[in-house]
Amino acid sequence: MAYSEKVIDHYSNPKNVGTLDKSKTNVGTGLVGAPECGDVMRLQIEVDEATGLIADAKFKTFGCGSAIASSSLATEWLKGKTVDQALAIDNMDIVEELNLPPVKIHCSVLAEDAIKAAISDYRVKNGMPALELEGAKH
Amino acid sequence: MELKLPIYLDNNATTPMDPRVLEAMLPYFVEKFGNAASRNHSFGWVAEEAVDYAREQVAKLINADPKEIIFTSGATEGDNLGIKGVFEMYASKGNHIITATTEHKAVLDTCKHIEKMGGQVTYLDVNAEGLIDLQELENAITDKTILIAIMYGNNEIGVIQPVREISAIARKHGVLFFTDGTQAVGKIPVDVQADGIDLMAFSGHKMYGPKGVGALYVRRKNPRVKVTAQMDGGGHERGMRSGTMNVPAIVGLGKACEICMNEMEAEAKRLSAMRDRLENGLMQLEEAYVNGSREHRLPHVTNISFKYVEGEGLMMGFNKNIALSSGSACTSASLEPSYVLKALGLGDDLAHSSLRFGLGRFTTDEQIDYTINAITETVLKLREMSPLWEMYKEGIDLNTIEWAHH
Repeated sequence: MAYSEKVIDHYSNPKNVGTLDKSKTNVGTGLVGAPECGDVMRLQIEVDEATGLIADAKFKTFGCGSAIASSSLATEWLKGKTVDQALAIDNMDIVEELNLPPVKIHCSVLAEDAIKAAISDYRVKNGMPALELEGAKH
Repeated sequence: MELKLPIYLDNNATTPMDPRVLEAMLPYFVEKFGNAASRNHSFGWVAEEAVDYAREQVAKLINADPKEIIFTSGATEGDNLGIKGVFEMYASKGNHIITATTEHKAVLDTCKHIEKMGGQVTYLDVNAEGLIDLQELENAITDKTILIAIMYGNNEIGVIQPVREISAIARKHGVLFFTDGTQAVGKIPVDVQADGIDLMAFSGHKMYGPKGVGALYVRRKNPRVKVTAQMDGGGHERGMRSGTMNVPAIVGLGKACEICMNEMEAEAKRLSAMRDRLENGLMQLEEAYVNGSREHRLPHVTNISFKYVEGEGLMMGFNKNIALSSGSACTSASLEPSYVLKALGLGDDLAHSSLRFGLGRFTTDEQIDYTINAITETVLKLREMSPLWEMYKEGIDLNTIEWAHH
């Protein structure tokens, strides 16, 4: 299976690899997937409390090239968005942007789940109810 | 020698054809095109002579009689014909077959088919090394057992089963012994007499011969073995395999066997030294594990798991220059990781993290050096990107985490 150029580019030069301080209340962390399934994504957001915008986003991913590319792209898209705008990111946007083949759609679903899990974590830390996460649909 | 890219280390999937094989085949496409079954003219005689000669070359490599060689389209057909053919031919004696969970799909799916046809199949487990337990094998034999089907060398991990001990058990109980020799024939000495093999399937394209051709060895003496044909037709190959002989491919298979016969010993020595160097180089990485027995193993194969990185993601780091296989689910359509690695007791996570290396006749020392460096670099890079590696380094036991299974 050939990868799209965009997947290769994100894989070769991943954006925003790293770890944010999860003890901070303005940092939300989402950890999704499972080692047995061959992909685990950890995605973190740091919200600027003054502006309400996502000031930073980081990821680490165990998975195939498409999983790495999906999470790298997600962190790029998250930066500068409000939390509500971030919630609107749909996995099919990622599929389209990266030209993922059908067999790799689950990578984009996982990235969307990771975004939602990170936002939910941020909400809980800041006294808001957790998000109803769909998860487990792939 | 100069480094030649890309590097092909997937010789268990298929081997490049040896140019000497191609040379032997070429006259049989246009010039000597006859049908080996045409008994009444020179075109047929020339083709028949070529097939007979190839049959001798093939037989010699495995210490068989030429009459015991049935040409097939490859090992999948050989597995089907050998197993289904025995099942049908010996139906009056019994309906039970014993095989192992790490067999190739061509054997496993054939056995599944036999179960649908009313047969009974026992699937032996293997130990962490990938070897079957001989006592378990013997205990599984019943008065209905007609066949033991255990492969010679495994395609994913290269582990060699104790063939002689297996055949001794088979003999003792009057059961036939079939082995899939696809990965072993031409790589290590395989001797159907000394090894006590009754039937054996193998293929041309795993030993530097052409694709689409293989052979099934069927013993003719002590005991005389027969298989029921699985294709009806002109009664070729002593009635066991109908179909016009694929003369150029058969000539190629013969030549490939002859070359293996002459060069196997030196080649195995050279490749096992290279394989060991590759393995030792990569085992310098932390949390790297060799899968399967290192003692009972084909000389050109190793299978290594690099924990906390995923196999397909790993291959993407160098697949422009290095061709390999992974046991990762992502490389298969099924999304299931390798059943062979799982049979060794590996967790799915380690199975997902595995790479299979199959060295071959044209692998060079320079390519091995390049491979060690490229893979080491990619593993290190991906571990920096891996949340699992970070947790491992922080001393978090990954088994204590409640993963969202999907």
